Amino acid sequence: MAVESALVTATTVEANEFPDLITRYAVSGVPKTIVNEQVEILGALPESQFIPKALAGGPEA
Amino acid sequence: MALLSDGDRHHVREALARMVDPVRLVFFSQSLNCETCLPTRQILDELVALSDKLTLEEFNLQIDREKAAEFGVDRVPAIVVTSGERSRIRFFGAPSGYEFMSLLDAVVLQSTGDSGLSEASRALLAEVLEPLHVQVFVTPT
Repeated sequence: MAVESALVTATTVEANEFPDLITRYAVSGVPKTIVNEQVEILGALPESQFIPKALAGGPEA
Repeated sequence: MALLSDGDRHHVREALARMVDPVRLVFFSQSLNCETCLPTRQILDELVALSDKLTLEEFNLQIDREKAAEFGVDRVPAIVVTSGERSRIRFFGAPSGYEFMSLLDAVVLQSTGDSGLSEASRALLAEVLEPLHVQVFVTPT
């Protein structure tokens, strides 16, 4: 996504090393994705579902 | 002792053969309170040795504060995968286990500038008008 859009920053966080972030984002399982502190995606999704969800600005209906 | 086996190095070389543009890994560390900084530095040293197009630059989070701010880094170890203007792929924490593969993928992606995403995904991303920060939490496997 970051390669495709100059506005996207992609960060991979090794959860065990940063317990403060686990708490802050309530990471109960991995992979967990947080987009702009708003969207949460738990688990790995296929690209066709992941990207619309990541861009939606809210949880999937 | 090397972290990458001979077999690992062979696979990594093959993956890096797909590189086009040079990639610079910007690595942030600190001397105290960072157990994984040293092993991360070692794996990065071993990685960049496997391609002429790959270089490593190390900064200290506590000392090189302007650099850290420039790359939006506030914790260590941190790796920013940069190629020309492209510098928005970052890793916080040691790239061990499967995360090493993710780092390798990120290097090749930045180098080629080709996301490999579908047309549908590209169309959606072309409509992004505001900065988007995607954070993926993982654990080493």
